[in-house]
Amino acid sequence: MLKRARAIVSIVTCALVTFYFIDFAELSPRPLGWLTRIQLLPALLAGSALVIVIAWVVLTLAVGRVYCSGICPMGIFQDVVAWISRRAGKRKRYRYRPPRVYTRGIALIVPALLFFLGYPLLLGLVDPYSAYGRMTTALFRPLYLAGNNLLEMIFSSFNNHAFYRVGIFVHDPFSLGIALLTLAGIGVLAWRGGRTWCNTLCPVGAFLGLLGRWSLFKIRLDAGKCTRCGACAAKCKAGCISSKDKSVDSSRCVACFNCLDACRFNAIGFTPAVGRRSRGSVDASRRQFLLASATIPAALASRPLERLAGTGNRRKASPVLPPGAVSREHLSRHCTSCHLCVSKCPSRVLKPAFMEYGLAGMMQPVVHYERGFCNYNCTVCGEVCPNGAIRALTTEQKQMTRIGRVVFTEELCIVITDGTSCGACSEHCPTQAVTMVPREGGLTSPRVDPSICVGCGGCEYICPVRPRRAIHVEGLPVQSERAAFKEEDEKEIVIDDFGF
Amino acid sequence: MDRRDFLKAIAVAGATITIKPSKAMHVLMQKTTAAPATGTVDMVAVMGGEPAEMFQRAIGELGGIKQFIKAGQRVVVKPNIGWDKKPELAGNTNPELVAEITRQCLAAGAREVVVFDHTCDECRKTYKTSGIEEAAREAGATVVHADQESRYRPVSLPMGKNLKETKVHEAILDCDAWINVPILKHHGGANLSISMKNYMGIVWDRPYFHSHDLQQCIADVCTFSKKPVLNVVDAYRLLKTNGPQGRAASDAVLTKAIFISHDIVAVDTAAARFFNQVREMPLEKVGHLANGEALQLGTMNLDKLNVKRVKL
Repeated sequence: MLKRARAIVSIVTCALVTFYFIDFAELSPRPLGWLTRIQLLPALLAGSALVIVIAWVVLTLAVGRVYCSGICPMGIFQDVVAWISRRAGKRKRYRYRPPRVYTRGIALIVPALLFFLGYPLLLGLVDPYSAYGRMTTALFRPLYLAGNNLLEMIFSSFNNHAFYRVGIFVHDPFSLGIALLTLAGIGVLAWRGGRTWCNTLCPVGAFLGLLGRWSLFKIRLDAGKCTRCGACAAKCKAGCISSKDKSVDSSRCVACFNCLDACRFNAIGFTPAVGRRSRGSVDASRRQFLLASATIPAALASRPLERLAGTGNRRKASPVLPPGAVSREHLSRHCTSCHLCVSKCPSRVLKPAFMEYGLAGMMQPVVHYERGFCNYNCTVCGEVCPNGAIRALTTEQKQMTRIGRVVFTEELCIVITDGTSCGACSEHCPTQAVTMVPREGGLTSPRVDPSICVGCGGCEYICPVRPRRAIHVEGLPVQSERAAFKEEDEKEIVIDDFGF
Repeated sequence: MDRRDFLKAIAVAGATITIKPSKAMHVLMQKTTAAPATGTVDMVAVMGGEPAEMFQRAIGELGGIKQFIKAGQRVVVKPNIGWDKKPELAGNTNPELVAEITRQCLAAGAREVVVFDHTCDECRKTYKTSGIEEAAREAGATVVHADQESRYRPVSLPMGKNLKETKVHEAILDCDAWINVPILKHHGGANLSISMKNYMGIVWDRPYFHSHDLQQCIADVCTFSKKPVLNVVDAYRLLKTNGPQGRAASDAVLTKAIFISHDIVAVDTAAARFFNQVREMPLEKVGHLANGEALQLGTMNLDKLNVKRVKL
C-alpha cells in the first residue's frame, strides 16, 4: 500500500518535472514550476522559499526521507534504472552495504564549503535536482525535439501543420559531457546497486540522512520475530537493512517501502515506536571522493581546448548575465546549474558557461548571441528559475534592465568599408540605442547610445561583418537600469490626402 | 396548404431571420465593377476606412479577387510579421487585413491559404503577439513557421546584379499564387520598408543582403520569377520613426490607407509619397525603388498609370 503510493507519487513527479524541462511548446501549465521550486537545494538558495526547507526538515523528522523517494527526480531516475536492471537478465538481490559515513560527511561539507567560498561548481555538480536537470536539458530534450520533428515530418506530408519543426543543437560541449558522465556514472551505480549515489556522494541525501536517523516513523525490525531470512534486505535498494544484526540504518533508508511486503514473519514495519539506533562501521571511501575531486583538474585541463575551438567572434571582455541575475556575485551565490533557464529560453540565447565566468562559474547560464538575441518582451528565464538566481522580472522591469552595453567599431562597418546601406543593427535594436544617422550619398550609418542600451544583442547577432563583428555587446558585471527614452513632442498628425 | 406545409414555411422563415451578416458575407455584397472604360486600373488607393472594408473596396475596383486567385489554387498570403509587437505599434501587417485577404481567397475557391513570414524576433512569440497567427487561422488559413533553414530551397536569380541566387521558403516555391502584404514602415537600413523590402521575409539568408548592398539586393530578390499576383500595402497604421520595429506607440500613426497594385515599384512609390506627408523621406534615398525600376520590375512614374483613388 505505502509502496504503491510512493511509486505513483514518484513516477508522476519525475514525469512532470521532466516534461516541464523539455516542453518547448509551452504546453505545461505554470504551476508545474512548483515541482522545481520544492526541490531542497533550490529552495534553500532561493531564500524566500525557507518555508519549503522547513517543511522538508519537519517531514523528514516525521516520516523519513520521503523527499528522496518521491520528489527528487534523480532518485526516481535511479529507481527506474534499478527497476529495469532487476528485470533484465537474472534477478539480482540487493545486499546490505556498510555505511560510508566519512564519504557522506565529505559529500555534504566540501561542496557546501566551496560554495560559500565562491566556488559553486562542485555543489552544482552533485546536487541531484540540478544534475538531473542537466541530463534532461542536454540529453532527453534533444530526443523529445527529434520526436517532435519526426511527427512534424509525418503530419506535414499529409499537409497537417499541427506540428512545427524545431532546431536541435548542443548548447555547450562541456555541459553535454558532464551530463553524459552523470548519466553513465549514476546510471551504472543504480544498475548495479540501486541507491548507491544517494548514500555516498549526494549532499542532499547526506543532509536528509542526518535527520532520517531521528525520524519519528521509520522502518523497524522486530528482533523477536525476525528470522534473519534476508528477504527484506534483498529488496532494499539503499542496502541499509542488516539481517545479520537485525537492524536498519535509518539515515540511509530512502522510505521506498519495498521491504514491507517482503517479510513473511511480520517482523518489519513502518512504525513510530522508539527503537535501537544502528551504528555502522566506519569506512571512508577515499576512492569515490578522489573521483569527485578529479573533475576540477579535468575542467582546468579543458581550458586550452576551448581556446582552440574559438568561434571566430571576439571573446567578450566581460560575460553577459541573464536578465535578472543581478550581478556575477548574485548568480554565483544562487545558481546550481540545473539548466532549466537554458532549456526554456525561447530565443536560445542562454547557454551553460564554459570558462566565461572562470572555473567557479562553469555551467552557470551565460548569454550568447550566436543563435539569437534576448527578446525585449521575454521574462521566461527569471520566471522559471527555482533558485532565485535569475530574479523574476515584469515585462516593464525587463525592458529597463541593462545586461550589457553596445560597442560599435566603426572601421569594420559595412556602410564605411563598402559604402552601401545596411542598418541591420539598428533594425534589431528595440530601444534604438543604435540609430542610423545620415551621411553622404544618401547613406545612413549607426550611432550608438549605450545609456539606453539593454544589451539584448540583436545588433551583434545580426551584424553581417565577419569574422569580427562591427558591433557587439559587452556584459555588465552588475546589472543596472537603462536611461529613459527622450520622446519627441507629440503632435497630432492627420493625413487626409494621398500625396500622389 | 395543410398544416404541415405551413409549419415548414414558418420554420424556414424563422431560420432565415437568424442569419446575420458575417464578415465573410461581405464578399457576396461587394461591388465588382469592371475597370473604367478608359482602360484597366493599374493601382487602387483607398483611404478612410477599416482595414477589411478598405481592402474590399480596393479589390472590387480591380474586378474582384477572382481576377487574381483561381479556384483550386494553393495561395500564400505573405504579411510582414517581423517583430514581437502588438498591432497598435505598427511593426507588423494589420491582422484584420491578413484575415480579410485570406477569407476572400478562400471564397474565390482557393484550395488552401498559407500565411508565413521569416520573423526577426523569435518565431512563435512574434506570430502570437502580432495577432496575425490567430486572425489568419480564424479566417481559415494555414499558418506555418519559417525559422528552419531546411524549409528553404535555393533559387537562381539570373536578372539580379548582386544577388544571383538565394534560398526561398518552400511555401512560396510550392504555391500557385502569392499575395504580398507589407506594412508601410520607416526603416533604419533601407529607409523605407514596403512591398519590395517585404521579400526579405521569404528568403533565408538576410545578412547576405546587408553585406552586398542592401538596396540592390532588395531589388534583385524581386526579380525572382514567381512574382506576387498582388501587392497590398497596409497603411492603416504606418510606422513613422524608429523603424522597422518601433519602440513606442508614438512611433505609429493612424493613417487609414491601403494601396494595391500588381506593379511593385509603383505601389511602393505611391506608398513612399504617402509616407512623405507624415515625415520627409526623399524617394532617391529609398534606393531599391530606382534599382527596381532599372531592373524593369515596374515604374516610379505614377502619371503613366491609371490610378484609382477612393476616399471612404
